[in-house]
Amino acid sequence: MSGVRVLVGTRKGAFILTSDEKRQQWHVDGPHFGGLEIYHLKGSPADPNRIYASQASDWFGQVVHRSDDGGQTWTTVGNEFTYVGRTGTHQWYDDTPHPWDFKRVWHFEPSLNDPDTVYAGVEDAAIFRSSDGGQTWQELPGLRQHDTAGIWQTGGGGFCLHTIVLDPVNPDRIFVAISAAGAFRSDDGGQTWKPINRGLHSEYIPDANAEVGHCVHRIAMHPSRPNTLFMQKHWDVLRSDDAGDNWHEVSGNLPSDFGFVIDVHAHEPETIYVVPIKSDSEHYPPEGKLRVYRSRNGGNEWEALTNGLPQENCYVNVLRDAMSVDTLDPCGIYFGTTGGQVYASADGGDTWQTIVHDLPAVLSVEVQALP
Amino acid sequence: MIRVIIPHHLRTLAKTGAEVTVEVNGPATQRALLDALEARYPMLRGTIRDYATGQRRAFLRFFVGVEDLSLESPDAPLPEAVAAGKEPFRIIGAIAGG
Repeated sequence: MSGVRVLVGTRKGAFILTSDEKRQQWHVDGPHFGGLEIYHLKGSPADPNRIYASQASDWFGQVVHRSDDGGQTWTTVGNEFTYVGRTGTHQWYDDTPHPWDFKRVWHFEPSLNDPDTVYAGVEDAAIFRSSDGGQTWQELPGLRQHDTAGIWQTGGGGFCLHTIVLDPVNPDRIFVAISAAGAFRSDDGGQTWKPINRGLHSEYIPDANAEVGHCVHRIAMHPSRPNTLFMQKHWDVLRSDDAGDNWHEVSGNLPSDFGFVIDVHAHEPETIYVVPIKSDSEHYPPEGKLRVYRSRNGGNEWEALTNGLPQENCYVNVLRDAMSVDTLDPCGIYFGTTGGQVYASADGGDTWQTIVHDLPAVLSVEVQALP
Repeated sequence: MIRVIIPHHLRTLAKTGAEVTVEVNGPATQRALLDALEARYPMLRGTIRDYATGQRRAFLRFFVGVEDLSLESPDAPLPEAVAAGKEPFRIIGAIAGG
């Protein structure tokens, strides 16, 4: 490997951070799309130079950019996201029915083997797919038209489909998560979907064990074990070992089991990372100490990783798409904060350095290992 | 030829200066002008009018001089000075912080 490229989406543009394989010296390039919210950027696993970027604003709506040269230049591609058929309603904050209304793309998930195929998770919650490099987008309407959709609720950050996980072994299997509807799985390439929320317990909804309505914040998978999933929920960290059919809590000794991000070590499928946040009403680290917690045995037993992270007066948040891991050895861990810092660890979390201190609030972090 | 002044971020997107010009065939209306603008600069589709509704985005307004045309019918004739290319049609973004 010759190095890594970290793609950072922020409230005021995108930044591209590059380093060699030592990951000690960094070059910061940007802002790209200066002044505009970039919700997410992600590169194609099949062609690292192919990157998709989501720009969204109240002024100009959704714009999709594509790079074919690793983020040096960008082309505007298709931005028409039209729901298929009758749009229907979901629950609004005040419990009234509210019509589906497209607002923005929260997350791009490029195909594992075709650079021209990419999935988009959007607000209001739905999944779209492009098979022509982002020029045109088609909804996979079976999800939004699921029998339970009428009672899906609107999350505080928006009624968004924010997580898409592709199964590397079974190309027909897709996992998604929606705030606040929960997790869903398709076993037929996205045509039909089933809720996979058994074992989730959410005291903040009328039926704590409901089939849908849970505020799932993030799901992570190690590619070598596609039936094992890890989840950071609004509260609670959970795992499933049967592709989401059943979940159990693994929060263990975390100082708070509220949080947004969760990720898995690239080479150790039972080593997972979270960043605890104090509470659903206090979106900053407990005790003002920014700590990544690592479990080496798949949850329950967690250790605080603090070396190089601020341990006093730190009141930033780490949003759900703002953590990523590289595939180098040792595995690199990266995350960004609402305070504009991007932190990196080149040794699996043992020590941390600040790549950049003062970016706009970070919305997303993705890393690519470059050949 | 109709002159149109577009806001900063749309200039960047379309790779233009502040003012662009478009040709409108037939009656010069707001709809015809925006159709012509989007035809010449396809990357602006969806950024001024919502795809689903065809309506002006809420954070944008349309002005000619100090006259606000935002709430005019999209099929109403544009002022003669705009149709004749003497006055620009201005697309203005809402002033909002953050």
